[in-house]
Amino acid sequence: MSLAKSPWIIHVNCNSCNGCDIEVVACLTPLYDAERFGVLNIGTPKQADIMVVTGSINYKNVNVLKNIYNQIPDPKVVLAVGACASTGGIFHNCYNVIGGVDQVIPVDAYVPGCCPRPEAILDGVVAALSILENKKKGNIKGKEVPLKGNEVPSNA
Amino acid sequence: MTTIIPFGPQHPVLPEPVSLKLELDNDVVVGVLPSLGYVHRGLEKFIDTKDYNQTTYICERICGICSALHGITYTKSVEKLFNAEVPERAEYIRVIVGELNRVHSHLLWLGLFADGFGFESLFYECWKYRESVLDVLERITGNRVIHSISKVGGVSRDLTKEHIDMILKMLDTLEPQIKDIEKVFVNNYTVKKRTVGLATMSKQLAYEAGTAGPTLRGSGNAIDVRETEDWDIYRDLGFKTVVEKDGDCYSRTKVRVKELYESIKLIRNAISKLPNGEITTPIKGFPTGEAIMRTEQPRGEVVYYVKGNGTKNLERLKIRTPTFANIPSLLLTLPGVKLADVPIVVLTIDPCISCTER
Repeated sequence: MSLAKSPWIIHVNCNSCNGCDIEVVACLTPLYDAERFGVLNIGTPKQADIMVVTGSINYKNVNVLKNIYNQIPDPKVVLAVGACASTGGIFHNCYNVIGGVDQVIPVDAYVPGCCPRPEAILDGVVAALSILENKKKGNIKGKEVPLKGNEVPSNA
Repeated sequence: MTTIIPFGPQHPVLPEPVSLKLELDNDVVVGVLPSLGYVHRGLEKFIDTKDYNQTTYICERICGICSALHGITYTKSVEKLFNAEVPERAEYIRVIVGELNRVHSHLLWLGLFADGFGFESLFYECWKYRESVLDVLERITGNRVIHSISKVGGVSRDLTKEHIDMILKMLDTLEPQIKDIEKVFVNNYTVKKRTVGLATMSKQLAYEAGTAGPTLRGSGNAIDVRETEDWDIYRDLGFKTVVEKDGDCYSRTKVRVKELYESIKLIRNAISKLPNGEITTPIKGFPTGEAIMRTEQPRGEVVYYVKGNGTKNLERLKIRTPTFANIPSLLLTLPGVKLADVPIVVLTIDPCISCTER
């Protein structure tokens, strides 16, 4: 009945150092147990409601990210986990790093930290749940992201 | 008539993006074309703008799983440039944190591997035991994943008596738990059906393909940098290289399980021999010259090359990581394997893509 009682998440690793990824997986394992919120990790974007993104975007993976985002059905929520996904983090000046995930897809919630603790990630997921419910009530649809966009910043 | 199936960059069993284009004849793989670069950040160039102390933190963020050993290897290579004598206590603390790091990395891998062949509760079991190691690491270093224990000239935090008691207590409970999960990985009928004789590499082939770490040792090559390289402490602690002969997925798994016991033994020995004294030595000036340092990460041998030019920034930092050496072995072992077994074979090299692409 209620979407927020059983959200399925898809975990997308963009440009991450694995630090956030293993903490996202640690959230799903018995000690932190995200499944008590009904969260299930799912491999395919077509069945997912919440997209958990770790790591910044670079010139090679930007279209992979957009492609996955476009395949998730509405309503959908994007959760940026870690400093890299939020702003580019420690690597924001690297030549191959474009920046945070929000430069190409709309992000609903951010979890700061390098890397964030599992409690913080769970907090972000719970925040995403209420956003998901609001989007469903208001019938808010995510817009289709064009694969060939102007993601290269003007100062590059 | 062959079909091409893309495996990755987004795939349920892969925690990281790597793309393999599999050429299939019916159900059997006949060719593999890997494509890398999804995690490339450009860190070797990025260190141009950072001084040699700040670079430690960049190196630790090359990979979140083996971050402690990246930091330790970098700091040891820079200490070679300075010809610095690091206090013995600092070296022992590095070994203890490095081996705890290896224990958590191997438990993590065993869990992912169990998930790869569908044993979900075993996956949860491994990750539950891993949390006790992370708790200890958090108490010692202040963080669960990125430890930042090593700095140029020593270590940033000392081990207190409480820490040592905590580590020993954790190891006492962890060892029987590992024995429990070992039974499943080594004796279970279903697991053996999935792993024995799969993707076999002979001793000669593994050596010639230039593989590293458990992939190399699983094929009968007794090569471990902890035993061969000039980091003497490991020899003092009675380290013995773990080798398995068969060269298939099963023996690579057994190598990692046995290395868990070896690491636990090393930590216990290091604690019993832990000398007293300072934990840092002051470092003055700027690095000049070149140096190479090799250490054994959970995934294999890592090589750091550093070149200083008398300024605060390093002129060159070159890293060669174990997964970079192990990916070519996939091209040799995957042909002849069924499509359903591809995830297991890819997982047995313990791919760490963020290390490889930096």
